[in-house]
Order: sequence, then C-alpha cells, then structure tokens
Amino acid sequence: MSYIPNSIEDRQEMLKAAGVNSGKMADLFKNIPRRLQPRSFDLAPGRSEFEVEKYLRGLGKKNVTDLVYFIGGGFYDHYIPAAIDALTSRSEFYTAYTPYQPEASQGNLQAIYEYQSCICRLTGMEAANASLYDGGTALYEAAMMAIRITGRNKIIIDGGVSPIYRKMLYCYTSNLSIDFIEIPVSHGQSDRVELDKRLDEETAAVILQNPNFFGAIDDHADICARCHNSGALVIESVYPIALGLLKTPEAMGADIVTGEGQSLGIPLSFGGPYLGFMATKKKYVRKMPGRIVGATTDKNGNRGFVLTLQTREQHIRREKATSNICSNQALCALRALIYMALVGKDGLKEVASACRDKAEYTKQKLGEIKGVEVKKSSPTFNEFTVKLPENANEVIGKLIGKGIAAGFPLGRYYADMENYMLVAVTEKRTRHEIVRFADALEAALWS
Amino acid sequence: MELIFELSRAGRRGVKMPTGDVPESASLDPVYTREKDAELPSLSEPEVVRHFTNLSKMNFGVDSHFYPLGSCTMKYNPKITERIAAFSSFASIHPLQPQLVNGGMLTQGALEVISDLENVLCEITGMDEFTTQPMAGAHGELTGIMLIAAHHREKGDRRKYILIPDSGHGTNPASAAIAGYEVKTIKSDDKGVMDMNEFRKEMNEDVAGVMLTCPNTLGIFNPRIKELADLAHASGALMYYDGANLNAIMGKARPGDLGFDIVHLNLHKTFATPHGGGGPGAGPVGVKKHLAEFLPTSRVVKRKDGTFTLDYDRPKSIGYISQFYGNFGVLLKAYAYILIEGKEGLIEVSENAVLNANYLMRRLKGHYDIPYGENCMHEFVISCCRQAKRGVHAVDIAKALIDKGIHPPTIYFPLNVKEAIMIEPTETESRETLDEFVRVMIELAELAEKDPVAFKEFPKTTSVGRLDEVKAARDMNISA
Repeated sequence: MSYIPNSIEDRQEMLKAAGVNSGKMADLFKNIPRRLQPRSFDLAPGRSEFEVEKYLRGLGKKNVTDLVYFIGGGFYDHYIPAAIDALTSRSEFYTAYTPYQPEASQGNLQAIYEYQSCICRLTGMEAANASLYDGGTALYEAAMMAIRITGRNKIIIDGGVSPIYRKMLYCYTSNLSIDFIEIPVSHGQSDRVELDKRLDEETAAVILQNPNFFGAIDDHADICARCHNSGALVIESVYPIALGLLKTPEAMGADIVTGEGQSLGIPLSFGGPYLGFMATKKKYVRKMPGRIVGATTDKNGNRGFVLTLQTREQHIRREKATSNICSNQALCALRALIYMALVGKDGLKEVASACRDKAEYTKQKLGEIKGVEVKKSSPTFNEFTVKLPENANEVIGKLIGKGIAAGFPLGRYYADMENYMLVAVTEKRTRHEIVRFADALEAALWS
Repeated sequence: MELIFELSRAGRRGVKMPTGDVPESASLDPVYTREKDAELPSLSEPEVVRHFTNLSKMNFGVDSHFYPLGSCTMKYNPKITERIAAFSSFASIHPLQPQLVNGGMLTQGALEVISDLENVLCEITGMDEFTTQPMAGAHGELTGIMLIAAHHREKGDRRKYILIPDSGHGTNPASAAIAGYEVKTIKSDDKGVMDMNEFRKEMNEDVAGVMLTCPNTLGIFNPRIKELADLAHASGALMYYDGANLNAIMGKARPGDLGFDIVHLNLHKTFATPHGGGGPGAGPVGVKKHLAEFLPTSRVVKRKDGTFTLDYDRPKSIGYISQFYGNFGVLLKAYAYILIEGKEGLIEVSENAVLNANYLMRRLKGHYDIPYGENCMHEFVISCCRQAKRGVHAVDIAKALIDKGIHPPTIYFPLNVKEAIMIEPTETESRETLDEFVRVMIELAELAEKDPVAFKEFPKTTSVGRLDEVKAARDMNISA
C-alpha cells in the first residue's frame, strides 16, 4: 500500500520521458554500484491502515492509562481545551514547513509572533524566540548563550533545578571545558550563603528554577542583584502555569528565562513532542538561539511577518551560528498560543489558583495521616515534598494498584531521599480524587 | 490581519476551567506573587477559532499546495497516523510513569513501539542499534557528533576536526562546532561530489569524523562512497550519515553497508510525519555495534520473558540527550507509516521519488541551466543564471511560483550552485501536478525573456506582497 498516485502506466511513460528507455525502475539507480546494494532489507509486508490501527490500538491497551495522576516533576496533567486539537488539526498548519517563504506562510508567522508576544507577557521579558525542543534543551541553550554574552566559563547551578535538566546540561557540554558548580538547596530554597561564596568574576551565569524541583517557590531578586554585581547573568527556569500567580522572572531581575511548555495545552504523550520556551532582554537578542519572527511591512505598507535576525543561524553562519537548531516546535508553539488565548488573562490566574488551592487541600489531607510529613519549610505552588514512614517507591507501587499514581519517588534521583515523594496536583484533580488518594495512602501505610 | 491582542476585549473567556471544589487556600506572601496579571488576550472560543482558522488560510501546506522544497521531503502525511497518535492510551501517559517501581510494566505498549521502531530503522539503514531520543535532524546530528567524541575519548585520542563537503546542510558544521570541533570544508568536484584529492589531503589522524549526505544535496549518489569511508576509517575517523535524503535509497542502498558508523534519520521527511510548520520532527540516531555503548540514556531493553524495560545503568553513555524517550507522538506516526508501507511499499516510495525527480529534471532541461544534469536521485538543483542575466533571480522565480499556487522549492542552496533552485517533488505527487509545475516553470522562463521587470511585482495573490526583511531586522519588532 502506498500514497503514490501514479499508476503503473503513468510510471512507464514517465520513465521513457525521463530518458530511461529500458522502462526499468532499477535503471534509475545505476549510480549505486552493485556491490553497494543492501545486504538485507528484511521488513514485513505492508498492511492495510485498518490492520495497523487495530494492531497499535492493541499495543496501546498494554499501557496502564486509567491512573489518577499526582505525578509532576516538571510535566503536568492539565486540562486541554478541545479547540486546540480542532485548530491544530487544520492541515494548512500541520502540513506546512518552516516559513522560508513568508508570503506563503503568513498564518504560521503571525501565530509565532503572537506566541512570542504571549511568552513575553507571561514572563515579563522583552523578547522570546519561536521555541526550542523542550525545557531541558532550552536550559542548555541558555547556558551557552550566557557563556557567549559574558565571555566567561563557569556556571553555578542551584540544587533546586530539575535533576533531568542538570543531567542534560552535563551531557551536552561534556566536550567543552565549562566549570559547573552545583549548590544543594538549603531548607528547600536556594542557599544564598553558599552561592555568595562561589559567585565570582569568572561566573557566566547562575541557573535557578521557580518553583524548584521540590515544589518550593522563592523570590530570587536578591540573588539576581548579587549576580549582576559580579557581572554574571541569571537564568531562570519557570513553570508557565505558575506564572498566573507567581512573581515574574523579569521582576526578580532574570536575564534569560526558559521553561518547559508542555503544561500549555500539550498532551503528556509519553515525553513528547513538547516545547521549550526562551525569553530574554532586548539587548541580548542577537545572542539568542533559534528562530525569531519579526513584524515588518510590504511595499504598500501592509503589516506582515518574516523570520528575522537570521544571521545568528546555521543556514547562514554555518559553524559560527549561535546554535545548530534548524526548526522550532512550531505546532506545539501553536498549541501553547491557542491555550493562552482560550484561557486568557483571567483564566490563567484561575487555573493557577485552582492548582494551588487543590495542592494545599491535598497537603492538608495527606498531613493528617499518621507518619506522613508534608515539608513546610517554604511555600509551594502545586507540587510539594512528602516524607513517608517507609520507602516511597514501595508505597507508590501499592497505590498504583488502587488506580492512583501518588507521586514521584525522590530516591530515584537523590540517594538520601528514599522515603520521600514529590506530589503534584493540577486543576483536573477533584476533591473526591484527593480524598480517595489520602484514604488509599493511609490504608497502604497502616492496614 | 489583526493580531489576537487587537481582538481582545476585557471580560471575555474562551474556556471555563475546572475550579473550586476545595476550600480556597490562604493567600501567598506578596513577595512571591506577580504584581500585575499577564496581559494575555481575552476572547471567547468562537473568536479564537475564527482567528486561527483565518490565519491557517494564509498558509501553504502539503494538503493544499505542491510543495517541492528541496532537502525537506514534503510528502503527503497519511491521516491514519494522526488518529493513532491521538489514542489516549498513548497520548495521556506521563513520561515518568515507567520510572516508578516496576513502572516499565505500566507502559509496555509504548516501550514496545519504541523497541520495534528501533529494530525496523536498523534494518532499513543497515545499522545495529538505534536511539529514538533526538527530537529533530539537527538534534540527531549533535547526538552523532557527541558519539564520535565519546568514541575517541574512550580511545584516549584527542582529535580536532570534522570534515564536511561544501554542499552539506548548514546544520552539519553548526552541530560539529557546538560539540567542540573545528570544521574543515571540502570542495565539490566537477561531478558535484566531494573532491577525492581534497579529501585525501585533509584526511589525517586529527580528523574525528566525516559528515556526509548521500545522495548529497545536489541529488547525486557518490559511487565512490565506500572508498571514501575506507579512507576515513584507515585514519581512525568515523563516518556520519546525514539521513535527510534517505527517501532516495530505501531498499536500494543502506548507510550501514556503505561504510557509515552513525546515521540520523528525519522521520518527518522519509517517514511521512507532518512538518508542523517547522516542527516537531524526530531525528533518531543509529550506530554500528562498536558505538552502541555510548548511546544516550535510557535504552529500551527487551527481557528474556518478552517484556520491555528501561535501562539507566549505562556507564559509557553520553547521557541525557533528551528529557525522556524522544518525541514519542512523532515516533508513533512514523512507526504506523512503516507498518502500512512494509518492505515493498518503502522500495516503491524511493523508486517513485527518484522517478518523479528525474522526470521533472528532464522536462525542465533546456529551459533552465542544470549544472549536474546527467541523472539525479530524489532531488535536483537547477540554476537561474540564465534568467539572472535578464535580472530575474531565483527569489523572483520563487515569488512568481507562489502566485501560481505552488510553494517554491528551496532557493540559494546548496551554496556551491549560483542562483540555485533545489527541487524535490516526492513520490506522493501525481504526474498531472508535475506536468503543471513544468508548464509554469517554462512559462516563467519565457516571461523572464520577454518581461523581466514583471517579476518584481510577484507575489500579487497573497495577503501581503514581498516583505521588507531589512526593516524587520533593523526595527526588531518581535513581540506585541
């Protein structure tokens, strides 16, 4: 089966027209020497789309999908309004490519411009790019950008930054000589004392996260001020839904802002596709990686949009480019934009408040259980750390049997936190589900 | 068209979110909260839907237009794969779920998809192991270069250079550079392939690897590719295959048999997943056995009892290239496509992609200069040098095509052809579409002779005319 329109007769005639008088397809490949032909090409025969759909539906059933999620860790089970799927299913959007020809791509370009604008409004920053692959790669790109801007080589990472992001940073820079210093959190928040000790004239940037991986929220304004005194930049990784309530990174003084955009209307989909957003100050735009869309006019003065500042990019600068990235996550960025447009100014605040209210209620319910300690050293948004009287992994395992994904076991990334779990609550969780979770946890621990 | 912010009216709402079945919590200390609300637009759902529907109409896509964008393989995207990727049994799974205790058992279906896809990609390319983690072609390149670095580091071998032909994609040198290598560019010879003498001259024990596209961006398959790979290997360098052009050779040649050690594929090109307006794509990377231990963490492993698990205990791995397992939704679409096509289908895909390109090239001959015009694989490059003498440049031809309802091919690439127009029709276009394209291209060549000034007005049929890119860069209006 295939999606080739031309009939066998068409092909025969086309072969002749193409100068292949033998009429044999094989002759189109005569530049490939016989000895270089495949040693094997052992694939199953094609199947009908019905059969493939049925087969993959069967594989889907092997996943356990009816869990009530209290797992987050940077990736959250938020509600996705139906209009997002309907609009991004328009094939004028999803079957197009990078808008190299602006006049034939104004829809895509204007959407990216609006997306960039929404990211700026959300973070308070002046300039955003068209998106990067995900939150982790965005953070890596931000670190490289800070190194380019400052000409320095040392990066300080706050211990509250996601362990997944930290692993990615180390992976990407393993062939470069960059000094990384990690500073563990103190009572759940950034350790100012230790940070002060390590911050020096060699430091390109300090990387922070708000809320941090353990769920704690912080005001990093003092850290930003200290960094700027030493000529270092501040990179702040943020959770976009939380920005419905929380102080913006701009208000704290951050220089580069990144984050995982999944929570903005993008399905969890087993890890991707997602998007990473990035925003900065206008003065750093020329050091920013990735596609950027700008407004301009045509010769009649009509407003239109183009890819701009392309001299930063690989297709022009090749090995001197700011990054090797060629695409953005355009369709995911479109989803995020439509999400922000549907939820809107008031709605975002409400979603954020609902998340926090439900998380606080969950804290209260879990805290009533004997032996369960909800960490309270710092305020939180929708995620928090819970200490259990026994191994968290095993407790979580028991609750899976009750249809509840209770949280993420922190022992997975922190050897001394075997009894801790990270619990996330979104606006989708109901009071009933929260109570059921608390009851199931109590039963798992004590009966 | 108006911006969404210009349509915004205070008090309007596009969706009602679930709230309020728990007590309101105590307010946060204002030191932690934002002073002013984020100025997102306020609109009703009908207004949002109309705005984006209208925006979509200002876009060319494969479903609506012929889109022969060279090196991008803008083939038709089968609808069934969209339906499958939307199954909630895949789309709703949290990526940390398999990292819970015995968590692999909670996501057996998803892990099986990844494992099976890795296996079929190995067979298609002749590689031994694949990782699905890289999220785009350029991301795959970077992963590949890091694997090259890991290989040399393991041997205690410090090498400095990556060799790349002048016809290579811009991402190749950029990927090599950001991974810490210096790039040496090798010229093409008069046949359009990497100059063998130049290559010999630059190949030595400081070279870590060679990055090649084969067939290259001129649509030429280098028959001496194996010889080139042998030379590289003799100096201890590794061979990297940029899989952007795999659509030309499925079932006809495999990078693994040609001497390549590493390959990335663009699932959004060869395997028909939508380009999404610039992403998301997927750029899985395959390697020969000797590099498998360096592949990114985690790996999907099949246990003896037939179940699947994730292996994180990989001491020599380059580490976390991706947050999780790659762009899973895209992987699922590509896997469905491969299952539907099957062995014969994929061979037919490449044959017809190459046939369509040769048919077009032959029919355009005489009307445009074709610098490497003997025969081509899945794409070819014409030059508008002849038309440029009349003042009609590649960009002018491109803009004229827009008015004819055709998305322009890639222009001004590859860099080693002046006034280049790079055309890749793909196998999913009918003969009638190709004939219409030929008719239009000939008409434009004639117009270039008769009335070259006319081109400066194109395009006339789009929502905006030619846009002032200099002004865009100067004014830097990048957010509203």
